[in-house]
Amino acid sequence: MFLPPEIPVKVKVRGLNFYYGKVQALFDNNLDIAENHVTAFIGPSGCGKSTHIRTYNRMYSLYPDHRAEGEVILDGKNVLDDDVDLIDLRTRVGMVFQKPTPFPMSVYDNVAYGIRLKSKLSKKELDEKVEKALKDAALWDEVKDHLHALGTDLSGGQQQRLCIARAIAVEPEVILMDEPCSALDPVATYKIEDLIRRLKERFTIVIVTHNMQQAARISDYTAFFYMGRTVEFGATDILFTKPEKQETEDYITGRFG
Amino acid sequence: MMEKSDHTGKTSRWRDNLFKISTLGSAIFILGLLAFMVLVLIIYAWPSITKFGLKFLISTEWNPVMGEFGALTTIVGTLVSAALAIIIAVPLAIGVAFFLTEMAPLPLRPIFSTAIELLAAVPSIIYGMWGLFTLAPLMGDYIEPWLQEHFGFIPLFSGPPMGIGMLTAGIVLAIMILPFISSVLRDVFKMTPKVLKESAYGLGATTSEVLWHVVIPYGRRGVVGGVFLGLGRALGETMAVTFVIGNAHELSWSLFAPANTIASTLANEFTEASDDLYLSALVELGLVLFLITFIVLGVAEWWLKKSAPKGKGA
Amino acid sequence: MKARSSAIRKGINLLALFGSAVAASIGLAFLIWILAEVFYRGIGAINWEFFTQLPAPPGEEGGGLANAIVGTAIITALATVLGVSLGVLAGTYLGEFRHTRIADIVRFLSNIFVSAPSIVIGIFVYAILVVPLGNFSGLAGAISLAIIMLPVITRTTEEMLRLVPTGLRESALALGAPYWHMVWHVVYRSARTGMLTGIILAVARVSGETAPLLFTALNSPYWPTGLLEPMANLTVTIFNYAMSPYEDWQTKAWGGSLIITVIVLLMNIGTRTMVHRMGRSK
Repeated sequence: MFLPPEIPVKVKVRGLNFYYGKVQALFDNNLDIAENHVTAFIGPSGCGKSTHIRTYNRMYSLYPDHRAEGEVILDGKNVLDDDVDLIDLRTRVGMVFQKPTPFPMSVYDNVAYGIRLKSKLSKKELDEKVEKALKDAALWDEVKDHLHALGTDLSGGQQQRLCIARAIAVEPEVILMDEPCSALDPVATYKIEDLIRRLKERFTIVIVTHNMQQAARISDYTAFFYMGRTVEFGATDILFTKPEKQETEDYITGRFG
Repeated sequence: MMEKSDHTGKTSRWRDNLFKISTLGSAIFILGLLAFMVLVLIIYAWPSITKFGLKFLISTEWNPVMGEFGALTTIVGTLVSAALAIIIAVPLAIGVAFFLTEMAPLPLRPIFSTAIELLAAVPSIIYGMWGLFTLAPLMGDYIEPWLQEHFGFIPLFSGPPMGIGMLTAGIVLAIMILPFISSVLRDVFKMTPKVLKESAYGLGATTSEVLWHVVIPYGRRGVVGGVFLGLGRALGETMAVTFVIGNAHELSWSLFAPANTIASTLANEFTEASDDLYLSALVELGLVLFLITFIVLGVAEWWLKKSAPKGKGA
Repeated sequence: MKARSSAIRKGINLLALFGSAVAASIGLAFLIWILAEVFYRGIGAINWEFFTQLPAPPGEEGGGLANAIVGTAIITALATVLGVSLGVLAGTYLGEFRHTRIADIVRFLSNIFVSAPSIVIGIFVYAILVVPLGNFSGLAGAISLAIIMLPVITRTTEEMLRLVPTGLRESALALGAPYWHMVWHVVYRSARTGMLTGIILAVARVSGETAPLLFTALNSPYWPTGLLEPMANLTVTIFNYAMSPYEDWQTKAWGGSLIITVIVLLMNIGTRTMVHRMGRSK
């Protein structure tokens, strides 16, 4: 479950348990997320992958009867503690969702939303940051003449890249992606996978995916989840070719899931 | 390299709290308002309540000069006019809803739908005006005499046909609540799962049989709830009724006779109330009306809540 | 045997279909009839004086309902400000904190309140404002209308907010937005059209209300002088004039009816086009 010591760890998860009301969904999860690498979470539906990453940015705190116990340590501080500033946390840990969620405003305002929350910049500075984010998200060329079009007018794949641009515009340290391509066609998916490969140079990326081929293609490390537990974790190529646990092997070879 | 935020989470916290408090406060305000309203009504009605006790509800006496007040005439008037309205409006509403959901050719549907909703939007005073100036003369000159000629042996249709009275009020009310009940029924009918209807059609049922045997039973709770909601509205309606009911504190078997509802009495007499007891009796009437509608609407709401399998939101 | 019962069933079906068409036509017919009457009887009263002059003394011809029109506008505007501010906030509570005990109770009561008798609300405001102040007032009228609007706006706001997908909310929060900022800039923006529709429809509804004004704002033959005095308004004027024995006044009542009907219908049709256009731009 843990990385070899020479790899810098961005997020350390130790003994994470999660409850929806009285029902326990995560059981003693343990993981290391490597800095500036892509870590993929795979496993059958409903096994806890999304629940797990939503603890990293305390998204579950929105719902009163959702509870997490244990440690999710980002740069030495446990984000599950009560005294953590949620707003600050969420600017350091960004999230992209399964369904593209463009805000009902222009493309420009979408990308600028997070930036404007944090600081007052001059128009020129803001323009630069928006352009950079859109370029990094491989969307700039397609929207540069339509920055004031509504975000909702873009195609599905463009919307998702817009959401990615919006997330990286605030310059987070970690980006969580919850099945970002499952609502997209293969061409759009290809573009985003390409994007992820380039983004890992600057960000630490965790991606939840149903698609094992995708995990194999883009990730450096993979964690296999089953029934709320972290069953196995390791370098992607090793996990896929020489899995240690039987469940992992069964899942990968398609015997279930 | 970016400026660290000039508003940290701590500053936003008080704004968030302010937001949550003001929304919660507004919600609680509504509760408080309702409770306060009932309290105020009871306080103002108290002299009348203590003086007449339960007799108030069964006495037909209404004598402001002598200070004798009883609510029975107005209660009966309220119930009968509303009942008339329901009897007329509900079958029509079922027909309209049926038409809108099954029968009407698709291009016509929006037109009829819009027409029904516009009918619902017309203010009640307009219905009152129309009732007084257009319908009442028609009733008095043609329809009521006709009814008396052919059905005069029934006490309901006895007495001088004046056009102003219970029957006219019932009809105006019926037209008023028709669009409302039609909309509710239309929504209920639309909720029937397609597979259910298709199973019935697949067995060779006709459209009306599907409506009668599948759609209405499936939406039974919604239909009942909708009818109760319409009843609740009819009970509380003031302007549509006041114009045409005749304003007489009399109980009569005849539908042609002038009568009174609680709402019409209040509308006509509240500003004329010369002494405190009179006012108190009127407020007590208002309280009775409020209680009746509250119970009817409450039952409707509760009934509808139990039926609607509304999804838990996005 | 089989063929016969099938014929009867088909016959019943045809009857039912015919009957429903008749019912729908009756509904449509009444709408047309009522609107036509209002137009026909009211148009005669509409002239320049109607909009600019004060009422003439009883029995005399001429004059207008300018003060009533202005009064209704003032009362409705004030009621809207009060009703919308509280109603949107309460509706936001119901929409965002959906499953608390308080939310359930408020929702239940609001639904009932939406159809509650408006005359009783008039009595309530009479008791708390007119009696202590010692006279009828435009303010009392506005408050009674605001109370009527309150549950309507609360519920429509809640319904519109419910339609906003959770993903949108979480995306904003994930970027580090404070809760109120997310609601104001993202949720309200998304639900904007629906909320506005609900508000306009509520305004349309109260502008036609008479009963609650009968003992709050009362009426007046003069220009509105202040919120703490009785204020002229269209609906009570229509009521008084229609019940009067003067033909000129009765015609004016129809004129007022025409104005109110046109305004209310325009607001209703306006919201439909607004919603239609919003749906189109997707």
